[in-house]
Amino acid sequence: MSTTVITAEAEGKTWSGGNEPLRASYGKMMMWFFILSDALTFSGFLAAYGFSRFKFIEEWPIADEVFTHVPFFHGNYPMIYVAFMTFILIMSSVTMVLAVDAGHHLKQQKVAVYMFLTIIGGAIFVGSQGWEWATFIKGDYGAVQTKGGNILQFGEYVTVDGEQKFKRVAIADFVTASATERTKHERKNGLWFTDEGTLPEYQMKDVVKGLEANSNILVRNQIIDKEGKKTVLTREASIEAIKNNGKRTVHGANLEMNEYGSPLFADFFFFITGFHGFHVFSGVVINIIIFFNVILGTYERRKNYEMVEKVGLYWHFVDLVWVFVFTFFYLV
Amino acid sequence: MAHEHKLAIFRGLVKFKSNTQKIWGVLIFLSIVTAVEVVLGIYKPEVLEAQILGMKGLNWIFIILTLVKAYYITWDFMHMRDEVPALRRAVVWTAIFLICYLIFILLQEGGYVFDVYKDGFIKRDF
Repeated sequence: MSTTVITAEAEGKTWSGGNEPLRASYGKMMMWFFILSDALTFSGFLAAYGFSRFKFIEEWPIADEVFTHVPFFHGNYPMIYVAFMTFILIMSSVTMVLAVDAGHHLKQQKVAVYMFLTIIGGAIFVGSQGWEWATFIKGDYGAVQTKGGNILQFGEYVTVDGEQKFKRVAIADFVTASATERTKHERKNGLWFTDEGTLPEYQMKDVVKGLEANSNILVRNQIIDKEGKKTVLTREASIEAIKNNGKRTVHGANLEMNEYGSPLFADFFFFITGFHGFHVFSGVVINIIIFFNVILGTYERRKNYEMVEKVGLYWHFVDLVWVFVFTFFYLV
Repeated sequence: MAHEHKLAIFRGLVKFKSNTQKIWGVLIFLSIVTAVEVVLGIYKPEVLEAQILGMKGLNWIFIILTLVKAYYITWDFMHMRDEVPALRRAVVWTAIFLICYLIFILLQEGGYVFDVYKDGFIKRDF
């Protein structure tokens, strides 16, 4: 691995990249240092996530309640889909090493096949991440945001197997929207050319009416109790909390509001998984370029498949980052 | 080129005959670790919920298993095991040192801000 086409001319020299104290070609070493700097970027993001989480340690959303969906299946399956995504990415990492290994044995066909499988794995992963985003943005139960920016969610106690359990109830199930007297402000009507986002589906008075009419519905706030569950308020406290503090209903998540809890959770989710997804996407693009080079026989003529190894390093790094994102967003 | 791979993992406990075999072996190991993480994440055993060093025992397990996975991805998939020690140290220790620093600073300050919100007469529960 020590000599490549590029460094062969500089052999025996002290300068111009000669000597190679690290026994790695220029390109590979620079890929390593790029990865190092990128790793620091990602750890900066994850540490910032940790900062915000420690700041709101008693009210951070519980990931198991946020990411519970699996495509084509109904019901509550926390973790399953992310575990599948993790496995896909590790698998595509394996096909990548196998491509590098085949490259060392100068087997063009095998390199091409493994590169192709790697690209497919990457594409499945990016697609899954897109789906995960779409589900998160859409939300499921809806919640009420208070004047102080906190989130109040709804649910009821049900008995499952002789055990009292708190089951979430969607706002749409107990609230009927009354005709709204407020019209959406549009650009053409204002003095300033600003408009507003879509009006919430329900007004606060509808929510209060619905809550008073259904005596089984309770409100749950963000505070995590000793058992690691969110605090459920009593019936009286529920009505009071909604009446006094409720500001608007939210459904799903975006950069300024999040039905699952602190908006910061959504911000960091979009930013970190987005940045990682962008890495996967660019990794797939680079993989495709290298794949075509393999097919065209560029490296076969060069008698050296180091480019596959370099892009492989990048691809494994993407996998490596995901392992950490998986832990800190979904497990911890 | 292909004959420089170090084929033993777990400090020589498991030796593989070829690089390809080692790759599959590492895959199996990583899959087992991920499966353990997922199962623990779904069932969350009561025993592991106890606080150890300011964090749930379960969270420590997750973080340690993640570092184990990171080690094998870097060492075997990224071939760090086959590089010279100088390159390995230049990359790995730089990252470890700076990341530990970052984590310490930010988590420390996050805890401080939490205390300010909690005890600093700032009303947030409305």
